[in-house]
Amino acid sequence: MEPYAALLASFALCAVVAAILVCASWILGPRNPTATKLEVFETGNPSSGSLRGIRFPVKFYLVAIFFVVFDVEVVFLYPWAVVLRQLGWAGLVEMAVFVAILGAGLAYVWKAGALEWD
Amino acid sequence: MEVFFSLAKVVVAFVIILQLTLILLWVERKGSALIQDRVGANRANLFGGLLPFNLGIVNTWMADPLKLFHKEDIVPADADRFLHWLAPFVGIVPLFLTFAVIPFGDVLKVGGFTIDLVAAPIPASVLFVLAMASLAVYGVVIGGWASNSRWAFLGGVRGTAQMISYELALGLAIVSVVLTYGSLDLQAIARAQGALMWGVVPAWGVFYQPVALVLLFIAGMAESKRAPFDLPEAESELVAGFFTEYSGSKQSVFMMADFVEVAIVAALVTTLFFGGWQVPWLGREGFHFPGGLDIALPSLVVTLLQIGSFLLKLFIFCWVQILVRWSLPRMRYDHLMAFGWKRLLPIGLVNLVVTAVFVLAFEGWTVR
Amino acid sequence: MIAFWVVALLAIAGALVVVLHRNPVYSALGLVLTLFQVAVIFALLEAPLLALLQVIVYAGAIVVLFLFVIMLLALEPEKRLAAPFPVAVAGLVLAGLLGFALAAASTVPLAGAGQGALPAGFGSPESLAASLFGAHLLPFELTSVLLLVAVVGAVVLARRRS
Repeated sequence: MEPYAALLASFALCAVVAAILVCASWILGPRNPTATKLEVFETGNPSSGSLRGIRFPVKFYLVAIFFVVFDVEVVFLYPWAVVLRQLGWAGLVEMAVFVAILGAGLAYVWKAGALEWD
Repeated sequence: MEVFFSLAKVVVAFVIILQLTLILLWVERKGSALIQDRVGANRANLFGGLLPFNLGIVNTWMADPLKLFHKEDIVPADADRFLHWLAPFVGIVPLFLTFAVIPFGDVLKVGGFTIDLVAAPIPASVLFVLAMASLAVYGVVIGGWASNSRWAFLGGVRGTAQMISYELALGLAIVSVVLTYGSLDLQAIARAQGALMWGVVPAWGVFYQPVALVLLFIAGMAESKRAPFDLPEAESELVAGFFTEYSGSKQSVFMMADFVEVAIVAALVTTLFFGGWQVPWLGREGFHFPGGLDIALPSLVVTLLQIGSFLLKLFIFCWVQILVRWSLPRMRYDHLMAFGWKRLLPIGLVNLVVTAVFVLAFEGWTVR
Repeated sequence: MIAFWVVALLAIAGALVVVLHRNPVYSALGLVLTLFQVAVIFALLEAPLLALLQVIVYAGAIVVLFLFVIMLLALEPEKRLAAPFPVAVAGLVLAGLLGFALAAASTVPLAGAGQGALPAGFGSPESLAASLFGAHLLPFELTSVLLLVAVVGAVVLARRRS
C-alpha cells in the first residue's frame, strides 16, 4: 500500500497548496464590489443577460460522443500493448479486427461530414 | 525512516513543479521579449528603485504572485459562487498530482536504503498521467459555465471539445511507446532506455517512435491550450475565454495550470522519448563509454547527474514549447478540429499498427 | 478498512448529490465524485489498472458528455414538485424493496470470495489482458460493433434534415 500512501500525501499537499492559491486574493485582496464591477464583461457593452437558456451547436455534442467511443477503444489498447509479445500474431489479428471495425466507424463519420465545422 | 524518505520525495516532486512554473513564467516573459525585440519584465526592484539593476527572475518568482494575491477577488453577480471557486481548484490539482508519478532519477542509496526516485511509484503510472489529464478538462468546463458569461461559456465549450479531441491522439502516441517497451510504468520505461542499440546509441524512444514523438508533442501542446492552439482563451475573439470573469489569485491559478501543462508535456516527452533521467552511457556504477573507457563514480554523483539530466531535458522541452508559442499564429477552429480528427488520429492508428508489426516481426527490435 | 469506509461514505455522498441536487450541473459533478470513489475502491481491491481506466473512461469521457448534454439542452434547475400521495407511497415502497434486496444480497457470499490469497499478478495488465484476449475474446470483439453502432446512431440523429 506504500505507493498509494505516497500518492495520498501528494494529493493532500497539492490540494492544500491549490486551495491556498485559489483563496489568496479573497483573504489578502481588497473588497469593494460595485454593481458595474460585478457585471459580466462583454467588451464594455451592457451585459446581454444570463447564460441560462442559451444553447450551443449540436456539433460539440457529437464530438463528445465520438470521443467517448474512441476513448473506449484506446483504453482497450493499453493492456493489449503490454502483452502483445506474449499474445504473438494472434493478438495482433484480434486487435486488428477490433480497430478495423472502429476504423470503419471513423471512415463513416468522416464521409458523413460529421467532422466538418461550418 | 522509510516514511521520511517517502514524504521527502513527495515534497521534492511538488517543489520541482511549483518552482518550474514560476521559472517558466519568467522564461516566457523574457523569451517573448527577446523574440519581439522588447526588454520584457524589468520592474522588480527594492524600495522603489534603490538598486541600479532589476532583480531578474524575482519579477515572476515573487513580485507577480504577490501582486496578483493582493488583487480583488471579483465574482460576477450572476455567477455560481461555489463552482466559480471550484473550477481553478479542480483545474490545477490533477495537474500538480501528475508530477507525483514522473520519475526524476534512478535510485538514491543512503545508509543502506535504496530509494526509487519517484514520489509515488504506483503501478501503471502511464495511465495515471492520462487519467489526470482527462480530469483537467473539468477546470475549463466548470470555469466557463460558472461565470455565467457568454465569452467564458464559449471558451469553456471550445476548450473542452479541443482537449477531448486531442486526448485521443495523445493516448495513441503513448500506446505506441508502451508497445515498444512493453510496460505501463514510467520508471520501467525510463530504465529500459538505458540500454544501448548496437552497443553505441542509447535506446531512447525518439529512435524507435519518431512519429509518436511528433504526435505527442502536438497533441500535448493542444491539451495545454497555448498558441497555436489557444482557441479556448483566444484574446482577440473571446476576451480571455473560460477565465474571462476571473481575477486575482484565481486567475493566476488558471495561468499557472497552463504552465504546469507545459511542464507535463515536457516531462512526458523527456520520459518516453529522451530517456527520462538517463545520461548516455551512465550506469549505476559510472560511465561505460562504447570505446571501452570506464569511469567509476560514487553512487551519489551518479544520482545527482541523473536528476540534473532530467531537469535539463525538462527545461529544454519547455523552452521548445515557448518558442513554438511565440512563433506560430493561432489556428482556425475548424482547422483545429479537422487536424485532430482527420490527421493526428489516423496517423496515430497507422503508427500503432506499424509498431505492432515491428515488435512481432523483429524480436530483437527493442530491449525490454 | 478505514480507507474503505471513508471512500464508501464519499461515494454515497456523491450519489446523494446526483439525485437530490436541483441543478443538473451539480448532479453531474456529484457523479464524478462517486465514480472517482469507485475507482479508489478498485485500487483498494488490488485492481489499479481497472481504477485508472475507470477514471479515464467514466470521469474523463462519459461525464464530460453528460455535461455537454446538460449545457446543450440548457437545462434549468429543477422545480421541486410536491409528489401526489400515491406516488410518494409507491416510491417509498420501491425504495424499501430495493434496500431489502441489497441487504439480502449482501448476506450471500460471492462466488469465489474468501478463498484466501489472491493469485499472483492479480489485477496486473498481464492478467487482465490474458482474460480479455483469451477467454473473453468474443465479447471484446462484439464491443467494437456496439461502439460502431453508437457512432453511427449519433451521426444519424444529429443529421440536419434537408
